[in-house]
Amino acid sequence: MRFLLQRVAFYLFTAWAAITLNFFIPRLVPGDPVQSLISRNQGRISADAIASLRVLFGLDSDRNLWEQYVAYWGQLLHGDLGLSFTFFPAPVSQVIGDSLPWTVGLVGVTTVVSFLLGTALGVGAGWRRGSWIDGLLPATTFLSSIPYFWLGLVAIALFAGPGSFFPSSGGYEPGLVPAFDAYFLPSALQHSILPAATILVSSMSGWILSMRNMMVTVASEDYITVAHAKGLSERRVALSYAARNALLPNVSGFALSLGFIVGGTLLVEIVFSYPGLGFQLFQAVGAKDYPLMQGIFLIITISVLVANLLADVAYLLLDPRTRKS
Amino acid sequence: MTISPSSIEQVIPGQGAMAQPSARARRRRFRFVANPKAATGLVVLGVYALLAVIGPWIAPYDPDARGADVLQAPSARHWFGTTHLGQDIFSQILVGARSVMVVGLIAGVLATILSILIGVTAGYLGGAADEGLSAVSNVFLVIPALPLIIIVTSLVDRASDLLVALIIGLTSWAWGARVLRAQTLSLRRRDYVEAARATGERTWRIIGFEILPNLTAIIASGFVGTVIFAVMSEITLAFIGISSVSSWNWGTILFWAQGQQALAQGAWWWFVPAGLAIALLGTALALINFGIDEFVSPRLRTGGRTRIRTADGRTVRMRVGFTPVLAPTTAAVPMQDTRKDVTP
Repeated sequence: MRFLLQRVAFYLFTAWAAITLNFFIPRLVPGDPVQSLISRNQGRISADAIASLRVLFGLDSDRNLWEQYVAYWGQLLHGDLGLSFTFFPAPVSQVIGDSLPWTVGLVGVTTVVSFLLGTALGVGAGWRRGSWIDGLLPATTFLSSIPYFWLGLVAIALFAGPGSFFPSSGGYEPGLVPAFDAYFLPSALQHSILPAATILVSSMSGWILSMRNMMVTVASEDYITVAHAKGLSERRVALSYAARNALLPNVSGFALSLGFIVGGTLLVEIVFSYPGLGFQLFQAVGAKDYPLMQGIFLIITISVLVANLLADVAYLLLDPRTRKS
Repeated sequence: MTISPSSIEQVIPGQGAMAQPSARARRRRFRFVANPKAATGLVVLGVYALLAVIGPWIAPYDPDARGADVLQAPSARHWFGTTHLGQDIFSQILVGARSVMVVGLIAGVLATILSILIGVTAGYLGGAADEGLSAVSNVFLVIPALPLIIIVTSLVDRASDLLVALIIGLTSWAWGARVLRAQTLSLRRRDYVEAARATGERTWRIIGFEILPNLTAIIASGFVGTVIFAVMSEITLAFIGISSVSSWNWGTILFWAQGQQALAQGAWWWFVPAGLAIALLGTALALINFGIDEFVSPRLRTGGRTRIRTADGRTVRMRVGFTPVLAPTTAAVPMQDTRKDVTP
């Protein structure tokens, strides 16, 4: 329990650091982005919205930094992330709310599947060193060195032409209304196969390799020899003795590298025009939509923190030593 | 956070026999290069480094020059074909190599220096300094780096290569710092460090001459890892169109290819060479890293025969932890020990 509390405290600290970072970033923006927005949308923007954007960009010149910081927090706690410039009247929170499920569905599921598959293959490769899986390693290294987005481009070129089963862009058939029904779900699934496969192919090799190396290291421990000497079956020794112990560092590695992975996989959304956070971020960057960029960064960071916490809980369940104290 | 993330550390908390006779160590000085993976990686990296230096001089065309041959498939005149403006893609790749390598190098060096400063200080000093520095590096580790880099870079109009390298370097040191801290922590109480402390060596000398040499492999592998990340990030930034589009790197080529719908027009030659160049560079760096890993921990080596015929004619499958005694040439030499005991 103490372990978990420590972790929660750390994640709260990190969230605070990210929010503070987010507070300072827009203060580096040259000029007055809000003024240009107001002049572009003369009369269509409410006084409240202007005030909220001014707090976000630190343009209330009559307040000092500390007061600005407090005001920023107050606004954040009300869920107010400002107005999006690109989707003009829509608030940032709504734009993010629309795209978050897509990202969680695509990136979240594929990341977990890739970790599980890669780990399983790594167990095999590490236990039977010198088998055919070892021969696969250079190939997977090459695949993982390819940038995600380029692999996506190639996948589109190869598999998604006119008349192909795989659509080349979007998250669902245009014209359908997002809902949990028999028309929408198959379409959404069909659109996610190619991006998901792209992420899987290029992200799996890292897990294979780290699990293999961990298995090789664990396999020479004394308790493995003892397990063999007791006459336990090969399978039991491999899974319950070696793999279980080798898994622990891999799980904590998974938690730590989530930030890297999520950053990379968001690019796949850009290539496939998948309506998730990565694609939104891409559009926001193109349109210099600072509130949306900030909001997306904040949401991505917080999602990664939550995922980290879940990985820690998994670790807690896997490692009895952390439960003892 | 008790578990070490790298396989490197798993091996080191050992003890090891005393150093081998120095004659043997000297004879095998180029052991690292003899590792086929490391050798392949180094050769490919060397070719890239060469291209980075001479690329702009040997490029057959000016990468910006427009020509009459618009959107042509690869031919003898244009090895990698041409763009929608008739620019020669082969020249663009050659010229772009410099920017990629320079950004990778600067970001890698910056991040490595930061990670050594923070990681080794935290590990060696311990106590409150350790707590604080570890917390900072963990925060940087958990915050998704790429979105942060994208946002910071997009604040600057037309970010130059140097600026991109600085931003990447400043945001990607955390992993190295973490690994270095863990290793320093385990070295700190070794006998030879205690001995150095007992003889009254200054702290900076203990860190610089007793501890750092024994961290070389980890520093090197952290550097290579950061370079991979920096190259990927730079290319991503260019591909999204955030950094300057006027100077060439491989991401810029992909940016134009994507913007001009190269895929829809069937112009595969526009984006395939750049992607392969990136992938090859990434593979070379990853191979060097495997080489370092296997150098430090010989157990991790792949290949070699695992099925061995014994004297009575049966074949057995060797498992990890086995030491082959059948053939004298393969008798295990405790490799890591000669390296580890750098300081006498």
